[in-house]
Amino acid sequence: MSEKVPVEVRVNGELRSAAVEPRLLLVHFLREELGLTGTHVGCDTSQCGACTVLIDGRSAKSCTVFAVQAAGSAVTTIEGLAEGEALHPIQEGFWEEHGLQCGYCTPGMIMAAASLLKENPDPSETEIRSGLDGNLCRCTGYQHIVNAIARAAQQG
Amino acid sequence: MAADATPSPGGKHVGQRLKRREDPALIRGQGTFIDDVRLPGMLHLAFKRSDVAHGRIVRVDTSAARAMPGVRLVATGADLQGVLPSVPVITPFPYPDHPAVTPDKVRYVGEPVALVVAEDRYQAQDAVEAIEVTIEDLPAVVDAETALRGEPALLHEGFANNVALRIISGTGVTEAAGTQDPEAVDNRELDAAFETAEVVISQRMVNPRIAPSAIETRGVVAQYEATRPYLTIWSTTQRPHAHRRFLAAALGLGEHQARTIAPEMGGGFGAKKIYGEDFVAAALSKQLGAPIKWIEDRSEAFLTTTHARDVIGQIELAAKRDGTVTALKARLVADIGAYEMLLTAFIPTLTHGLLSGGYAIPVIRSELIEVFTNKMPTDAYRGAGMPEAIFFVERSMELLARELGMDPAEVRRKNFIRPEQFPYKTAAGNEYDSGEYERLLDATLELAGWEEMRAEQAAARAAGRLVGLGMSFYIELCAIGPSTMFPDGGWEHGSVTVERDGRITATTGASAHGQGHETSFAQVLADQFGIEPETITLLHGDTAVAKQGVGTVASRSLVVGGTALLMAGSKVKAKMTRFAAQLLEAREEEIEFANGEVGVAGGGKLSFEEVASYAYAPQQLPAGTEPGLSEEAFWEPPGMTFPYGCYIAQVEVDRETGEVALQRFVGVDDCGTIVNPLIVEGQIHGGIAQGIGPALTEELRYDEHGQLLTGSFMDYAIPRASDLPRFELGVTVTPSPLNPLGAKGTGEAGTIGATPAVVNAVVDALSELGVRHVDPALHPEKVWRLIRGGER
Ligand code: FES
Ligand code: FES
Repeated sequence: MSEKVPVEVRVNGELRSAAVEPRLLLVHFLREELGLTGTHVGCDTSQCGACTVLIDGRSAKSCTVFAVQAAGSAVTTIEGLAEGEALHPIQEGFWEEHGLQCGYCTPGMIMAAASLLKENPDPSETEIRSGLDGNLCRCTGYQHIVNAIARAAQQG
Repeated sequence: MAADATPSPGGKHVGQRLKRREDPALIRGQGTFIDDVRLPGMLHLAFKRSDVAHGRIVRVDTSAARAMPGVRLVATGADLQGVLPSVPVITPFPYPDHPAVTPDKVRYVGEPVALVVAEDRYQAQDAVEAIEVTIEDLPAVVDAETALRGEPALLHEGFANNVALRIISGTGVTEAAGTQDPEAVDNRELDAAFETAEVVISQRMVNPRIAPSAIETRGVVAQYEATRPYLTIWSTTQRPHAHRRFLAAALGLGEHQARTIAPEMGGGFGAKKIYGEDFVAAALSKQLGAPIKWIEDRSEAFLTTTHARDVIGQIELAAKRDGTVTALKARLVADIGAYEMLLTAFIPTLTHGLLSGGYAIPVIRSELIEVFTNKMPTDAYRGAGMPEAIFFVERSMELLARELGMDPAEVRRKNFIRPEQFPYKTAAGNEYDSGEYERLLDATLELAGWEEMRAEQAAARAAGRLVGLGMSFYIELCAIGPSTMFPDGGWEHGSVTVERDGRITATTGASAHGQGHETSFAQVLADQFGIEPETITLLHGDTAVAKQGVGTVASRSLVVGGTALLMAGSKVKAKMTRFAAQLLEAREEEIEFANGEVGVAGGGKLSFEEVASYAYAPQQLPAGTEPGLSEEAFWEPPGMTFPYGCYIAQVEVDRETGEVALQRFVGVDDCGTIVNPLIVEGQIHGGIAQGIGPALTEELRYDEHGQLLTGSFMDYAIPRASDLPRFELGVTVTPSPLNPLGAKGTGEAGTIGATPAVVNAVVDALSELGVRHVDPALHPEKVWRLIRGGER
């Protein structure tokens, strides 16, 4: 075990700091240190995307980033997406279109979709599908997820 | 009492595309999954696992691990002998002992050999790395057909030639469950069918080993309280009540001293039931006096969460030249891995029962041999024995069509069980409840535009493109019950309580994990009572809440669990009727439930709250009535339901790369009455994706030393969004006569039907190169080799 080092990260708009081991993954920092358990872990080879968050507005796999690497950045997790009671249009889309079953991949999917729509506000179905290539879902067969994102794009 | 599923006026929710009530929390990241459970003073468990497939443990050196920071306990299999019970099995067949942590021999890569408990997860993992295990290698048994000769080694004493089970079933066998005695089989009918056959199709086919791959891995949190004594255990289990039973017994407790909670679960698909790690966590919580948590990582999941399928079939069809199938014979070899888990040996026995597919095949015989190898055990996974059966049947039908030069749709039509033949007892022994197969086939052909598809294919071929069309007609066996059919009880339990404020709390033993029970079950009850679903809460997944249960397995929840709820609801309604009749001074026969009220048509009405307040504080009880409005019921189905459907796939194979593009996927499903079309579509979509995966990309491979070569999502490719087309789907509805809902179940349909449709399409695409059959998974390398003129 190595010496702990201080990190400071802006998470969902709030400045959060802690002393962590340099090897601590960002996803574990979010989940264990900050109690933000909406970000999930589904693999250990950076394939599934369940851990997707936004770092400075761009989607990133938080299992592939050390907490110390995120120091000074702004991180948005699923918990920070809705504005109070009002769901984000992508969350709304997932609910309306039945874009989730077990819900385990969902936070990562929604964050990946947020990043996708930011870069391409009016994606085609093919673009949505390839935009989700970093995110695995075992339950839905993706069709309702694609519908959910297309709906959010229309509303947005 | 018969359950009353006729909607009360005002109840019109069955059949509606209701948005799910489960979702608001999940889309905000507020679900509680196993890894989100944390308790004060909780310690973390990690396992040292064998990296050798077969061998004898010579030494386990834990000294370095013990000295590491944060470590509270290091133990080996030998240390735990006598402390832990063996991993449970509930099949009726003989099975070998299966220690949760092995003390002496290792039999698959990933088998637990030792463990560490530490203050945090990183420390536990560090200490595991420091454990040194010396193993003396034994020859690894990896090929099932070689293993059957007892070569190159034997896995278990008492299982000669590595055979776990050998069972012969079908025509000529008197026992419904099959026989283990070849002498007791009458071969005359079978032999006659093949002797008089005008055409015989014979093909060896392989259903490869696959990984269920729920995106959430397994996990457990165990908390033992010594003073009560009481065990509370959170676990990723689809079977909370069975889990509680085995875990309680493991700690020497009664079932009344244990509670299993299945929190929100990130998928199960049959693979999350009861594992050795749960026993270890519970026992160590008792030993250390602290809550213990274990979370599987993905690399462990590939090695140690039950695998599935892995069946080799030698299939023979006897037929007439007009396409009529007169007999089917199958020899099945199932590679079940190193040990047995809860239902391991039971699963391949389910294959026999569906070998009739949707067809009236008069003679069916199978011989099944289950064999131990040095791999992770198999168990149920979406479809459980059925995808294998339908794959064998539907590949064979396609081969027959090709042999006879018939349209694949017409060969199927020729052999369908006709509507007037239901209930139809197949030669494989199952009684199918209802169906209109030809109507569904026609609906599928129309939806697909079959004739145009064929014409376009011909044009594409003429232009030199490798375009293929494949069809499958599947049958699913659902709602496993009654108890004579299911080793651990074929019923389900439900309870309905009208609270004092008139709202309803219901519980079900069918614990959900993504299937949307909270929504669909509320729809069912809302209609029964003539109320809005918003006034109903369904609780599940906790043995302290749902008193009894079997679980969400085998597509049985809505059919069996939903009916149990209706039965409980009927009892509550009967009681409300008595109270209302008394309060309104009316006759019980006059009382109706409509639009959220109870009362007399054109007369007095009471709200649910008014009836309930009286029921909980009655001033004068109706004779022979107890106060309160809370009832429960068990329901066991009289027989199983058999949903069905037809799928058509269109693929194009890239000659240069061997890549298969799935261009269209069209299907029509019939799962009886549909409670929530949105949820059913979701189930079908997910099922289809899980059937396409094994057709094209999913395959677990072990090398000759028993090392898993496909141990991550990098090498084991489950479908991504861009691998799949938009599914074009339709439905027909043929209600089941076997339950008041008329529902049949739908969880496994897509998985069963999709694999053969896609494989048939790829074989069709390659047929002009002389390819007659290929076993999945049809990944680019395999297809490329075929195109280059490799094995045919
Ligand atoms: S946890 Fe799978 S990609 Fe991060
Ligand atoms: S909803 Fe279960 S993994 Fe996507």
